[in-house]
Amino acid sequence: MQNHSPDIQHRSPAPQVPQGSAPSGAVSEAAASQPKDAVGQEPAVRLKGLMKRFGKTVAVQETDLTIETGELVTLLGPSGCGKTTILRMIAGLETPTKGDIYIKGRRINDTPIHKRNLGMIFQNYALFPHKTIFENVAFGLKYRNVSREETREKVSQALEMVRLPGVEKRSPSQLSGGQQQRIALARAIVIEPDVLLMDEPLSALDEKLREEMRMEIDNIQQQLNLTTLFVTHDQREALSMSNKIVVMKDGRKQQEGTPEDVYDYPDNYFVADFLGHANFFDARVLEVLDNDQVRVRIAEGLEFTADHVGRWREGQDVHLVMRAQKINVTSPDLADEELESTELNYYPGRIYDRSYMGGETSYFVELDHGVRLHIISMVRRRPHRIGDEVVLHVPARHCGLLPREK
Amino acid sequence: MFKITGWSLIRLYTTLVYIFMFAPIAVVVILSFNPQQFGSFPMDGFSLRWYAKLAGNADILEAFGNSLVLGGLTAICTTAVAIPAAMAFVRYDFPGKNSLNTLLLAPIMVPEVILGVALLLFMRWLQQPKSFAMLLIGHVVITLPYVLLVVQARLVGIRTDYEEAAKSLGANPLQTFREITFPLLMPAILAGMLFSFTISFDDITATLFWATAGNQTVPVKIFGMLRNSISPEINALGAVMIVLTVSTPLLAGYLARRFARGS
Ligand SMILES: Nc1ncnc2c1ncn2[C@@H]1O[C@H](COP(=O)(O)OP(=O)(O)OP(=O)(O)O)[C@@H](O)[C@H]1O
Ligand SMILES: [Mg+2]
Repeated sequence: MQNHSPDIQHRSPAPQVPQGSAPSGAVSEAAASQPKDAVGQEPAVRLKGLMKRFGKTVAVQETDLTIETGELVTLLGPSGCGKTTILRMIAGLETPTKGDIYIKGRRINDTPIHKRNLGMIFQNYALFPHKTIFENVAFGLKYRNVSREETREKVSQALEMVRLPGVEKRSPSQLSGGQQQRIALARAIVIEPDVLLMDEPLSALDEKLREEMRMEIDNIQQQLNLTTLFVTHDQREALSMSNKIVVMKDGRKQQEGTPEDVYDYPDNYFVADFLGHANFFDARVLEVLDNDQVRVRIAEGLEFTADHVGRWREGQDVHLVMRAQKINVTSPDLADEELESTELNYYPGRIYDRSYMGGETSYFVELDHGVRLHIISMVRRRPHRIGDEVVLHVPARHCGLLPREK
Repeated sequence: MFKITGWSLIRLYTTLVYIFMFAPIAVVVILSFNPQQFGSFPMDGFSLRWYAKLAGNADILEAFGNSLVLGGLTAICTTAVAIPAAMAFVRYDFPGKNSLNTLLLAPIMVPEVILGVALLLFMRWLQQPKSFAMLLIGHVVITLPYVLLVVQARLVGIRTDYEEAAKSLGANPLQTFREITFPLLMPAILAGMLFSFTISFDDITATLFWATAGNQTVPVKIFGMLRNSISPEINALGAVMIVLTVSTPLLAGYLARRFARGS
């Protein structure tokens, strides 16, 4: 499976514009692909051909990655895909088998961890249990020649920042999980790290707290313009927080782009499947139309029109991808008025199962030829019931095509 | 009516086991307060006569001193060896790690008689006389496995997150050990020192081979006294040793708990 093969539909990953710095468009495309010297701004983090092997297993295939100053980049992928390993190599906790790591343009492969000036946040907080909150937050300052007076001030500022002022004298065990993670955040930001590295920092928290912490981290990251690498397997976290998402699988980068890019224009089957709920159909290209659209057939009499993004030719085998949230479902009697504007991708079906999820409902719909679809729709009027005849409509721009993988 | 159930049988059985285990000890302690030369029940009276005699026995007092110094030094030396060894075994990877670990734990499985003879022969081969240093080395060898096991077990339980967090904040490996690992290991280190002290304090088999006339320990002394006669003084000595070996761990446990709560 190759990345960015020419006939995959995607928007070319636009050169990332770091917020805050004003690029005057002076950097040409060609220059961007070469290591920039003292000219212009160095990216905060740059990985070049980074690879890690544990014995026989290759945990991370050769990976390139750039994080601009102030960006929050997320590594997203299923368990075991090598996210933690990448983070730990940047931190200096694992030695790369191959490749280089640059921070602010300086190669740091041989710099020991304690001289890298990075902030780390762990899944289990890792607050020192035998030290008070003050001692925890002040820990990094001890090794940075900060005076006592200044230490006290910085610690109290950091605690203010994470909205836990005045807990200096307590011990970590006297705080809740969410509070402990905020202290961990304070401890990491008080040293003004070049990069903040977070490995699934929210996964030990319960649902509601997770949401809160997510916003907290987001806020602080933006306020301090902190360059951040965030590791998660939770797509909601990734989509809501990131400037850029890197989707990984089996130690290999699958796609890199803004949350919208990755979600709406997946590069391959894996990415489309991993993010959100999608319906996949084996289809064949029938016709490439003049108006930048493609007709595909998934079964006799079941033809869909998809927007033409990428290069397709007649007779090609493809996957037709439809996100569950992008399919409209209506009762036949209402369908006429709602759908008269278009006659494309408009099919009758029958609901054979559904599950109610509060604000939205999952419908499982069967079309002709036993073709089945999963649809998630906001409940506006009375929800449809099992056995109801319905009409489906999928706008052409929400019909994605992906090459068939062998 | 008393009903016999499975539970009451188990309770009875347990009580018998305890009696079997502790009755001889209790007899020693009780007889140490017997005023008569030849202990027999029922006792006629209560006296501290044998304790007084014990306190006046310079030989015994010297042996006591020897035992305390030896036990203390053994505890310190063993822990000093065990901590770095445990760090190496648990935190680092190196070739031959497993074999070396087994080797250090081996003295648990080797009979003490063999250990005793082996060290003697080794010293003979080196043409060194028996000495206090040799006795100390021997005790360190005997107690090392126990301390190593305790410290390793604790170290495995300390997540590496803490150390990694400290390093990421700028502490070098030594500072990380001093600030994080060592304090978190403290309970195990205390427990290990205690183990080591108690094992050294009442070891007899190997010590019989190693002790010279000048550095006899209390158990060796008792053994010697028993060969001549069974003096009730020995009961008093036994009682003192029991109190000492039981109370030290209890005291240490109490201190460790206070220590943990205070921090
Ligand atoms: N110290 C190690 N020794 C051997 N193999 C390792 C080691 N660390 C990681 N691996 C292997 O490398 C691969 C990637 O692991 P990694 O921890 O980076 O995955 P991950 O993406 O962080 O997964 P998760 O979401 O479960 O945390 C896995 O196959 C794992 O078994
Ligand atoms: Mg991980």
